[in-house]
Amino acid sequence: MNYVFDFSDLQQYAGMIVHGIAITLALTAAATLLGAVIGIGGAALQWTGGRTIRIVIASYVELIRNTPFIVQLFFVFFGLPGIGIHIGEMQAALLAMTVNLGAYAIEIVRAGIEAVARGQYQAALAIGLTPRQAFRAIVLPQALATVYPALACQVLIVMLGSAVLSQISVTDLTYVANYIQSRNFRSFEIYVVITVIYLLLSILLRRLMNVMARGLFAGRQR
Amino acid sequence: MNDFTLWDMASNLLLAARWTILLSFIALLGGGSVGLLLLALRLAGLRRVTTVIDLYIELFQGTPLLMQLFMVFFGLPLFGIEVSPWLAAGVTLTLYTAAYLVEIWGGCVAAVSRGQWNAGASLGMTYLQQLREIVLPQALRIAIAPTVGFLVQVVKSTALTSIIGLTELTKVGNMLTNSTFRPFPIYAMVALLYFLMCFPLTWYARKLEKNHQRNITR
Repeated sequence: MNYVFDFSDLQQYAGMIVHGIAITLALTAAATLLGAVIGIGGAALQWTGGRTIRIVIASYVELIRNTPFIVQLFFVFFGLPGIGIHIGEMQAALLAMTVNLGAYAIEIVRAGIEAVARGQYQAALAIGLTPRQAFRAIVLPQALATVYPALACQVLIVMLGSAVLSQISVTDLTYVANYIQSRNFRSFEIYVVITVIYLLLSILLRRLMNVMARGLFAGRQR
Repeated sequence: MNDFTLWDMASNLLLAARWTILLSFIALLGGGSVGLLLLALRLAGLRRVTTVIDLYIELFQGTPLLMQLFMVFFGLPLFGIEVSPWLAAGVTLTLYTAAYLVEIWGGCVAAVSRGQWNAGASLGMTYLQQLREIVLPQALRIAIAPTVGFLVQVVKSTALTSIIGLTELTKVGNMLTNSTFRPFPIYAMVALLYFLMCFPLTWYARKLEKNHQRNITR
């Protein structure tokens, strides 16, 4: 191998790379918040809802979990305009990420709710809480504390999966990598650098979410 | 070019699904072999080897699969290896799948109690004999459900190879869209085909999981 690696050219693109990191992180953060709302809401509906609601939610979850994210993204970005719904690439990206994460979150939160002992709910009812209060104050907090690691892991998967957003020209970190390599033809160097950045981001994000867990579930995590 | 009927599109996509299935098999076989090898190395318990394998897992689980594809696609030519999309996809998916399987299977081996190893040792078995005759058969039974479940992720991840130009299901979907301008039905059909490939695996994994739970509680 007589290839000379040359990273010197990359300095001038530092600003672009930072911009790419910001886009990737911002989309991940927004999708996480919205996805968590869908996850908790969906799992709650599945718990209380009738048969029809349960079937609708289960179909949504299975449909998303059994198709690739990139196809969901293409369906949203290219498919929806085909039936008259026009959205920009950022909205399409956020929509696809949220819908995707939401489905996994529902499944994870539901598993957590099932893991909370039935007796906890009955005890809550016995001391006079309404079913809604019992769910919100007793069942849900325990369920979330139990499944928090799984949710955090799913957020990481969504962050890494967001690399395909570059395919619909969202200017995320991967898009920046492709752009730079089309300029200076130092493909391998730029992909090494961006891959390392992704690795650092996922390590940092994992740390951050562990710290958040300590605050959110103080004294609750087993 | 608008004389494509829906049936023409569907049959083209169906034919393309073959390549998605083939790719998934390559990933499973390649990743399974590499994963098994790495697992055996990790179980041997040499600290330095374990550290290297853990780094490998961290690297492949902590970076986007798309980046890994690009690295292999643009990296291998530097070593004088000519890369076709198939080679790049095969290598990347193998490494990616192996990184997950080592961890999944490692968990299954850990689930076999320590006493089983010791019992083997007390019968005078060597390390490899204990692994082959006692621990692996038991771990294998535990491993089936999570492995089938992980297969869903493998099938879905093959969709990314369309980006480096491999003509599988997603790529054919893109090509059909470009020539017919009917993205809505095409991507719906692409998604449906993936669903038809993945859902049986999801369902089967769940069923195995339930059977396993029942056997434990009994």
